[in-house]
Amino acid sequence: MLGIKGKDLSVFILVAVLALLAPFLLNPFPVDSAMAQFNAGYPDLMQRFVIFGIFAIGFNILFGLTGYLSFGHAAFLGVGSYAAIWMMKLVSLNIVPGIIMAIVFAGLFSVLVGYISLRRSGIYFSILTLAFAQMSYALAYSVLTPITGGETGLQIKPGDTPLLSNVAEGEIGRANFFGLEMSDSSVITLGGWEFTMNVGYYVCAVVMIAAFYLAIRIFRSPFGMMLRAVKSNQQRMNYTGLNSKPYTLAAFVISGMYAGLAGGLMVAMDTQVGPERMFWTASGEVVLMTILGGAGTLIGPVLGAGFIKYMENIVSKINSTVLHEWFAFLPDGMEDFLVTIFYPFVGKGWHLTLGLMFMAVVIFLPGGLVQGGQKIAAMFRGKKAAEKDGKTANQQTPAE
Amino acid sequence: MDQIIVQVLNGLDKGSAYALIALGLTLIFGTLGVVNFAHGALFMLGAFCAVIFSRILSLSHEIVDETRTDFLGNPMKIDVPYMHDIFGPELGASIIDWAVPLSILFSIPIMVGIGFAMERGLIKHFYKRPHADQILVTFGLAIVLQEIIKAFFGANPIQTPAPEAFTGSFDFGVLLGFDPLTIMYPYWRLVYFAFAALIIGAVFAFLQFTTFGMVVRAGMADRETVGLLGIDIDRRFTLMFAIAACVAGLAGVMYAPIVAPNYHMGMDFLVLSFVVVVVGGMGSLPGAVFAGFLLGILESFASMPAVVQLLPGINQIVIYLVAIIILLTRPRGLMGRKGVMEE
Repeated sequence: MLGIKGKDLSVFILVAVLALLAPFLLNPFPVDSAMAQFNAGYPDLMQRFVIFGIFAIGFNILFGLTGYLSFGHAAFLGVGSYAAIWMMKLVSLNIVPGIIMAIVFAGLFSVLVGYISLRRSGIYFSILTLAFAQMSYALAYSVLTPITGGETGLQIKPGDTPLLSNVAEGEIGRANFFGLEMSDSSVITLGGWEFTMNVGYYVCAVVMIAAFYLAIRIFRSPFGMMLRAVKSNQQRMNYTGLNSKPYTLAAFVISGMYAGLAGGLMVAMDTQVGPERMFWTASGEVVLMTILGGAGTLIGPVLGAGFIKYMENIVSKINSTVLHEWFAFLPDGMEDFLVTIFYPFVGKGWHLTLGLMFMAVVIFLPGGLVQGGQKIAAMFRGKKAAEKDGKTANQQTPAE
Repeated sequence: MDQIIVQVLNGLDKGSAYALIALGLTLIFGTLGVVNFAHGALFMLGAFCAVIFSRILSLSHEIVDETRTDFLGNPMKIDVPYMHDIFGPELGASIIDWAVPLSILFSIPIMVGIGFAMERGLIKHFYKRPHADQILVTFGLAIVLQEIIKAFFGANPIQTPAPEAFTGSFDFGVLLGFDPLTIMYPYWRLVYFAFAALIIGAVFAFLQFTTFGMVVRAGMADRETVGLLGIDIDRRFTLMFAIAACVAGLAGVMYAPIVAPNYHMGMDFLVLSFVVVVVGGMGSLPGAVFAGFLLGILESFASMPAVVQLLPGINQIVIYLVAIIILLTRPRGLMGRKGVMEE
């Protein structure tokens, strides 16, 4: 079906189903229950899941397949965001032209950066991309203020009257998709449960599914094979008379365009943008997502993005009161002791948890969550199946 | 002319910090072949060593001074640091005043300890892994270290003043025959530069003139052969890692009065230090030092008002721009050796 088959098809269907049913799956607890804080089914967070999923899928096409570790991908996300917001301010509040321009501009910018950076590889490549991203950030922050809005960034303001959209005087235009407003949602109440179906989320989810489909096709295409060859042995590839540069550049530009798409969607959901989106920690974040999920695997980046964004939201909401509630069943001294231990890791200390988790993954599970899942599955299926599984997995993904 | 001298001087202190961090990075890279993204965090830890030490020194207890009264007429309570009890008021006060330089002594064992623990506990297991993995795990470590510091000290910068004696500025202009007050330079920055020069000199002397250093240099050139000669090169390299950590830490300790330490200062310096290392040439110690000062001075020249007017924004990007140009024209960096990290 659709030109993909076997395991890939089931992975694709799994992702599509998860994405489409997310409003239900992510709200497993009734609104009034104590567990309600673990619900993640509100539009803002779900949109972030899929947008960062797209970003990570694109990053994985570069890093997972070719092994080139870019530390400056956030720059493309930022360029895409700026392009999209200008389209919305000037041309149309419909998100489609904005997103298209985001992809185009991010693509053009990544051609420039990629052409220069790909002249080197290894750590030099990482530093070059980092340098470009930091330069874009610094420029967006200072000199390019007329275009980027500097520190405050850009928003759609009451005075903005796009050419193709009718915005009444003094009204703040809202992003829409052929008339459907992004912020529209319908809430379904079933007993104690509440499910929010948001237009913006579904737009993002459909785009993500399409992006994921494209990624599968790239992974399984001869072009994808070429990229894996770059990762496994570039020298040998050159000796056989193949010039690897066009392939890596193409991969770089594709992943840059994915980043631009993510940036455009971000603007479509929340019509504002600021330069901090391009800071190098943002580039680091997408690296974390990809590695945490499993670089070079299809579903890894999506899992990683969802996992990090979920944890970020949920863990950072936990405060000492919540902790005290959890451990309330213990004797007082014990309760205080446990709260003191856990407190640094939750709430504002979320980054500490993230750092530790990330280190643990790099040290013990270089293949990310996907490898972890495979290991656990193998444990259940017994040793023999595991060996067989390991073999086939290796054959399928020589890039690892 | 005086403008140029001012800018060179301004560049020196930042350049010193870059040079010290880049020196440590290069030492680690040259010996262990590990790309250490946590090196900025070590710099930050050094700065917080200064904070901790000055806090320890100013620990105090309350006594009641019967001779004075507060505004309610009660006997006044005043805080007396323990240092005053131990060394007497005058010596005690000056010890507290000199907390930052004194914390060098305190931070050396701590930084060496941290470096040692880090190498044995974590880095050791990453010798054989790809550079990407090394970058990632040390990046994770850097996040963890800075978050731990944040948990204890909060997110705000903590002022750590230099000793009273170094608070003023030195009038360079008079010395060089310009009008007074044209070239002013804070004393502490002068101290920092001298300190950096001293540390850099000490590291080079250590590598050049001691047997230990000779073995380490031999190990950097050809690790296997040194190992075959029956020398336990791993142990020496571990010590070099500890020394590199210590250099970064000391750079941080002395930098505390210049920029108030905060938890993310390490990351800010790390990115630039990496650029410095790459510009200087991966694995080249003189290259790292030279590029550190060069980029520091270039940065301060680019922030001159005249230059900024001519090329707006150049002060923000000059380092990256130079890095890009150098990497594309001289792929090995300014003083890179052949065969080190060519790919």
